[in-house]
Amino acid sequence: MDLTLVGQGLLSGFLFGGVYSLMAVGLTLIFGVMRVVNFAHGDMMVWGMYLAWLLSTRAGIDPYVGFIVCAAALFLFGLMIQRGLVERIVDAPHEMQILLMLGVALVLENAALVAFGPDPARVRSPLSQATVWMGPIFVDVARLVTFGLAMALTAALWLFLARTDLGRSMRAAADNPYGARVIGTDVRKVYAAAFGVGAACVGAAGALVSPILPFQPTSGLGLSVTSFNIVIIGGMGSLPGAFAGGILVSVAESMGAVFLSPSMKELVSFGLLIAILLFRPAGLFGKTAG
Amino acid sequence: MKLLILLAVAILAALPWFAGSYLITVMIFIFFYAYLGQAWNIVGGYAGQLSAGHAAFVGIGGYAAALLSAHAGISPWIGMWMGGALAAVLGAVIGYLGFRFGLRGFYFVLLTVAFAEICRVIALNVDAVGGALGLYITFTGNPRQFQFQDNRAYYYVAFALMLLATAVVRAIERHRFGAYLTAIRQDESACEALGVDTLRVKMQAMILSSFLTGVGGTFYAFYLFSLQPNAVFGIPLSVEIIIRPIVGGAGTVMGPILGSFILSPLAEISRTYFAQGGWNGLHLIVYGVLLIAVVLFLPQGAYPALLRLARRPPA
Amino acid sequence: MSLLDVSALTKRFGGLLAVSGLDLSLAKGEMLGLIGPNGAGKTTVFNLLSGFLGPDGGEIRFGGRSVVGLKPHEICRLGMARTFQIVRPFPQLSVVDNVKVAALARHSGMAQALASARAVVERVGLGARGEARAGGLTLADRKRLELARALATEPSLLLLDEVMAGLNATEIDAMVRLVAGINAEGISVLLIEHNMRAVMSLSHRIVVLSFGEKISSGTPREVATDRRVIEAYLGEEYVHPPQA
Repeated sequence: MDLTLVGQGLLSGFLFGGVYSLMAVGLTLIFGVMRVVNFAHGDMMVWGMYLAWLLSTRAGIDPYVGFIVCAAALFLFGLMIQRGLVERIVDAPHEMQILLMLGVALVLENAALVAFGPDPARVRSPLSQATVWMGPIFVDVARLVTFGLAMALTAALWLFLARTDLGRSMRAAADNPYGARVIGTDVRKVYAAAFGVGAACVGAAGALVSPILPFQPTSGLGLSVTSFNIVIIGGMGSLPGAFAGGILVSVAESMGAVFLSPSMKELVSFGLLIAILLFRPAGLFGKTAG
Repeated sequence: MKLLILLAVAILAALPWFAGSYLITVMIFIFFYAYLGQAWNIVGGYAGQLSAGHAAFVGIGGYAAALLSAHAGISPWIGMWMGGALAAVLGAVIGYLGFRFGLRGFYFVLLTVAFAEICRVIALNVDAVGGALGLYITFTGNPRQFQFQDNRAYYYVAFALMLLATAVVRAIERHRFGAYLTAIRQDESACEALGVDTLRVKMQAMILSSFLTGVGGTFYAFYLFSLQPNAVFGIPLSVEIIIRPIVGGAGTVMGPILGSFILSPLAEISRTYFAQGGWNGLHLIVYGVLLIAVVLFLPQGAYPALLRLARRPPA
Repeated sequence: MSLLDVSALTKRFGGLLAVSGLDLSLAKGEMLGLIGPNGAGKTTVFNLLSGFLGPDGGEIRFGGRSVVGLKPHEICRLGMARTFQIVRPFPQLSVVDNVKVAALARHSGMAQALASARAVVERVGLGARGEARAGGLTLADRKRLELARALATEPSLLLLDEVMAGLNATEIDAMVRLVAGINAEGISVLLIEHNMRAVMSLSHRIVVLSFGEKISSGTPREVATDRRVIEAYLGEEYVHPPQA
């Protein structure tokens, strides 16, 4: 067993985990505050990627700068979706919510297909090619920067939730929606903000990933499933859980790629998901599932 | 109402004798997906268990029948029941795991998707079942091997399948099983308190649904002459299966049929006129919009809405 | 031999002892009231009896056989039916169809089940609203529906969980007469109730629960004058003995 390879995989996985964490944090925030499962999560991320691609190819803006625009755009999109669609079915049976977000996912994925074509795309950043040696292991500078920015964004989100009024309202609503209403929280506003912020997370994550991996419109499903995996493992509604889960799953995937073939990797992912669903649906940090 | 249905059946039965080849192809499409939708309707509509991985059963049924035909010389007319049985086994496994472990709503959906994806990945990677290239059925045109020279034969088979599934669902509605399914969909715990063995009833629904879907897999294989893992186990097929009953009216007898008559021509038009210009996914965008519209405005589907309209007294 | 025999029944939720060593027995034809302050564990007892929860200790014997570990639907089939404190009608179905689901437990044919359901619907006084959608009923009617459904399973023991809650005085009187009538037909009843007038007038005997423990049992008069009960729960209005 080539230890360097394992070490490489570990580091690579760990760094990529930053993005997974950001992605998962967005999903768990939406679920935690609104009890809505965002089936369109992965497809929103793909749009974040394509937006970064557009910015890069049409406006020459590097994704490591452009991610802010992507986050903002997805934030607005999230607000629109929440106000226009999700809000209307907050009290509907869960099946209806699932179908609604599935519909959104279908529209997003195929709109991307129509707009950008089915072939894989990639964003070129000057950092894409750079590598740095840390002892026997080399690190993609791009991954390093991605990790750093993802961490910074997660930290910023954490501060937002802990220190700002809106953030606290979100946590209150997540903890006790009825109680939050009783003390006068504008629940509509909180819900909209939560969905917007969740979407922004995933938009930023998409932009940050775009220089590292090729992507195509159909990548959405895989990303959604990965997000669900992470969030279920970490515990639905738990931010630390999503954070830890993101790193965990990324490292596991990376190890899977080192030791197993790519197809086996997918099998392991799904097998793991089934096992978690059956035996510990509340996840590592989770409260009882909604 | 009964008269209308009989009339419709008669017209459809006579259609192939004065319709062109293209129309027959579209009708086959409509009937077949109505059949798959109706099979899904049992567990997804009536029982209310949203399965988004029903393509897995199509794939298993199709692959089983195709392999049995190619390697063991078993006629697909027999193979299709075996394929259905195999699909039912998987259905039982998924159902048992899901229901016994109390997975509902989102978690159950995810479970079904996970199983379908596992099947897809396995089919893609096991060379014995064709691997990434999939399976191809050699064209013999031999009816004993479920192959017909004439499109019209497929038309009647698909038509018969749709009628069969519809008859099954109608029978369910009129029996205790159907009453239990509808009640379970609304409140499982209340059902338990009223003497309903909800686990058993849901399992039965799942097994029946997956069996019928698996049988459909044989038609799929021997009509298209090929089985591609991504196509036959993938999410897009699962979406095609569930969208017709949902738009048409989940949990109703006519829902999947109405849904198929609305959506299949749409998909066909989109495919014919827009596929070339890279507007490949257009019909799926329409599906997405329809899904959203149905959830927001017509949660029970088109058929119940039509009934309400029809029953409204003149102004 | 009693119809229902509960001994040393215990249930824990984490560190909380919700029910502690409860002994209870109910004779055939009896109407037993189960009272106690909020949080005393009464609904937990119902959940344990009807199979929705498994006990951590103790025994439950119904009709002579142990029912611990049986699933709710099995217990229902044995003849113990329950209602829920927060009623759970099937909202999309009509009143009759709601009850029909229950009747199907005893009549596998749809026609017989329907006939049985209609009869029960009449019996509880919902005959006029038989075809109404359950989701649109008033609370009082929904309570009747809940009762009708349980009745349609042809139980020998009926567990009624706060069937008077939320009803006004007239509705309560009607419900009291209905429950008394059901008991008079031979169906044993175990009744959780907060409405003291109702429970005192209906019950042959009463068991009082407080913090998961039985603190008193006896006839309504005995219980109402028991100091421990008054201390735990009844308050000043019941310092004087109730009217006979």
